[in-house]
Amino acid sequence: MDIDLETFRAETRAWLEENCPPAMRTPMRSEKDATWGGRNPVFAHPDQKLWMDRMGARGWTVPDWPSEYGGGGLSPAETKILREEMARLKCRNPLNSFGISMLGPALLKYGTEAQKLEHLPRIARGEMRWCQGYSEPNAGSDLAGLQASAEDAGDHYIVNGQKVWTSYADQADWIFCLVRTDKTSKQGGISFVLFDMASEGVSTKPILLISGNSPFCETFFDNVKVPKANRVHDENKGWDVAKYLLGHEREMISGMGLASRGEDPLIESARRGVDPILRAQIALFEVRSKAFSAMSERFIDELKAGRAHPAQPSMMKYYGTELNKARHELLMAAGGSDTLEWESEASNHGAAPRAWLRTKANSIEGGTSEIQLNIIAKRILDLPS
Amino acid sequence: MPLYLTDEQQMLRDTARDFVAEHAPISHMRSLRDANDATGFSRELWKQFAELGLTGILIPEADNGLGLGHVEAGVVLEEIGRNLSPSPFLTTAVAAVEALKGSPHAVRWFPGILAGETVVAVAIDERGKHDGKIAMKAERAGNGFRLTGAKQFVAHGHVADLLLVAAATDHGTTLFAVPTDAKGLTADPQRLADSSLAARLSFDGVEVDADAVVGEVDQGDGHLARLLSAGRTGASAELLGVGGGAMDMTIAYLKERKQFGQVIGSFQALQHRAAHLYSEMEVARAAVLKAQQLLDAGDERAANAVSVAKAMTGLATSLAVQEGIQMHGGIGMTDEYDIGFYMKRARVLAELFGDTNFHADALAQAAGY
Repeated sequence: MDIDLETFRAETRAWLEENCPPAMRTPMRSEKDATWGGRNPVFAHPDQKLWMDRMGARGWTVPDWPSEYGGGGLSPAETKILREEMARLKCRNPLNSFGISMLGPALLKYGTEAQKLEHLPRIARGEMRWCQGYSEPNAGSDLAGLQASAEDAGDHYIVNGQKVWTSYADQADWIFCLVRTDKTSKQGGISFVLFDMASEGVSTKPILLISGNSPFCETFFDNVKVPKANRVHDENKGWDVAKYLLGHEREMISGMGLASRGEDPLIESARRGVDPILRAQIALFEVRSKAFSAMSERFIDELKAGRAHPAQPSMMKYYGTELNKARHELLMAAGGSDTLEWESEASNHGAAPRAWLRTKANSIEGGTSEIQLNIIAKRILDLPS
Repeated sequence: MPLYLTDEQQMLRDTARDFVAEHAPISHMRSLRDANDATGFSRELWKQFAELGLTGILIPEADNGLGLGHVEAGVVLEEIGRNLSPSPFLTTAVAAVEALKGSPHAVRWFPGILAGETVVAVAIDERGKHDGKIAMKAERAGNGFRLTGAKQFVAHGHVADLLLVAAATDHGTTLFAVPTDAKGLTADPQRLADSSLAARLSFDGVEVDADAVVGEVDQGDGHLARLLSAGRTGASAELLGVGGGAMDMTIAYLKERKQFGQVIGSFQALQHRAAHLYSEMEVARAAVLKAQQLLDAGDERAANAVSVAKAMTGLATSLAVQEGIQMHGGIGMTDEYDIGFYMKRARVLAELFGDTNFHADALAQAAGY
């Protein structure tokens, strides 16, 4: 065993025990418990801010990013140890962030030095909340069909158009956005730009979903001025950035099929007693869930070692989201009428049925299951068009 | 330890892949079947496995083996599975070696295994489903024991040189190493659906010496657990090979078979099913490697991981062979074409050492529900 790594593990464990507040070692009861940070952060519990700030100051919200950009500068092995020690203590994720899981990796690969220095440290510390402007009313699964336009106006673009399914657009500070800079080429006419949601001409409207919540918005751009310095990568090369970022989005979403850290609520409800047929269904589900947990570990290890197939995130996204839907179907079945109350205190304001309904979007957002299967078939199995 | 094969393990895989594909491809199994071969496998091939050192893969270096682990054994088993090669590798070089390791029986039996001369069979099951129940009795007699009862589903049981037999003793379970020439022991070999041979064994007061006991009397659970963990993990790896082989054959067929003027692999309905199958197989592969690594590390989480691996490979491989037949269409139903062999072999391996339901149930019990 590597002595340096063992020392790192011991120090990490000690630091987490000292610094992770007890309230941040309990399972999250609903989406409201997630920490998102931002210019106007909302915390359901004061310890959320403490935990986010402590981890952010250490760069451990993004442990494997370089330290000059606010990261922890940890090696893959150290990052894995940190993750294991956090899981051991049942630490909550200190910061939920599309900046971390999606934009950050894209900026690290395609951003200018100035862009990296401006945005990455703020993402790491949870100071800026980002949203993603990808889908449009007529460009969902066919994402490259997008129409929102960016007209060249010298040192800036004038952006017009509409996005849809913009997660938390109404609460985000900045947006990373795909815009059309050339109408003559489909995938070759797209650019990737960043801008402040407080810019003149940006408006958002939440979309009420079947869960009764509205994490998604319609977003409108009316002559929004975007400096060209905010364009990531070359003009008309935004599709490269978008694809790279989608891989990371799929990685992030694929984690959803796994049981939350700590006790698996599905197993807890099975222990309280369910009928034999449901017990069998839960047991068979757990086989897949535990096997997928091994797959996730393998995937991360292969990614870090540069051994993963570039299209493998599609498999992870497909499998993880289908599993997560199955998990919530079983949770509803196991909970019976207790899981049907929509508003009561006892039901934590319908946390279970709302979460169940929310999962139905898992196999739609970030590329539908069918799109992922297309990608696996063509890029991994090499099946013909 | 990262969850992928090291460079050394990949080299071993390449060696095993080339060797098995060359010396024991599906046509080897087909010819043994067509000849109604009474042994069920090739002694000569077993010797060749030994010459490569593969029969000693799990035997410690101190006992002249390769001293490798379950990951490496699994690498070989996957290739055996992929080629549907009849071989005593799983029972002898994996399950039996693991059970005998560190006991006086190792000195007696390992040289023969290393030389490719000895075959060991594992007599565990007593009914059509694998469960933990042992009705076979071993009563004290003289300075030894007298075994009475029956076992079934004993691969190579009719030609093995040694049987590992689990029996109930006064205060527990005991594992016995029983020579196959023992008096009162009869073997009734039956050809199974996959054309392999498994024996029904009858023990009619079979007398063995006290030193036939593996480990301690009444304390056989530990040895049995090691045998079963190794056997289950190994069977998972072989199943992975069977499923992977069926999938590869099917994907290749999708790329060449034309209907409606196009290769059928261009049809989205089939592409989606193929991609789903790929996903299940990849997840199963991760589960198997996880179990192998935990077993090699002596980790206490190994038992659960082994059950996950056996259950998951059962699910994924079952899908692989079913999709294999369906996507091949009519030709998949013919004996002349090989895909059907995969379905038959998968069914046998799925039952071996407990099927998907058995292991899902074991997980549920371990989790307390």
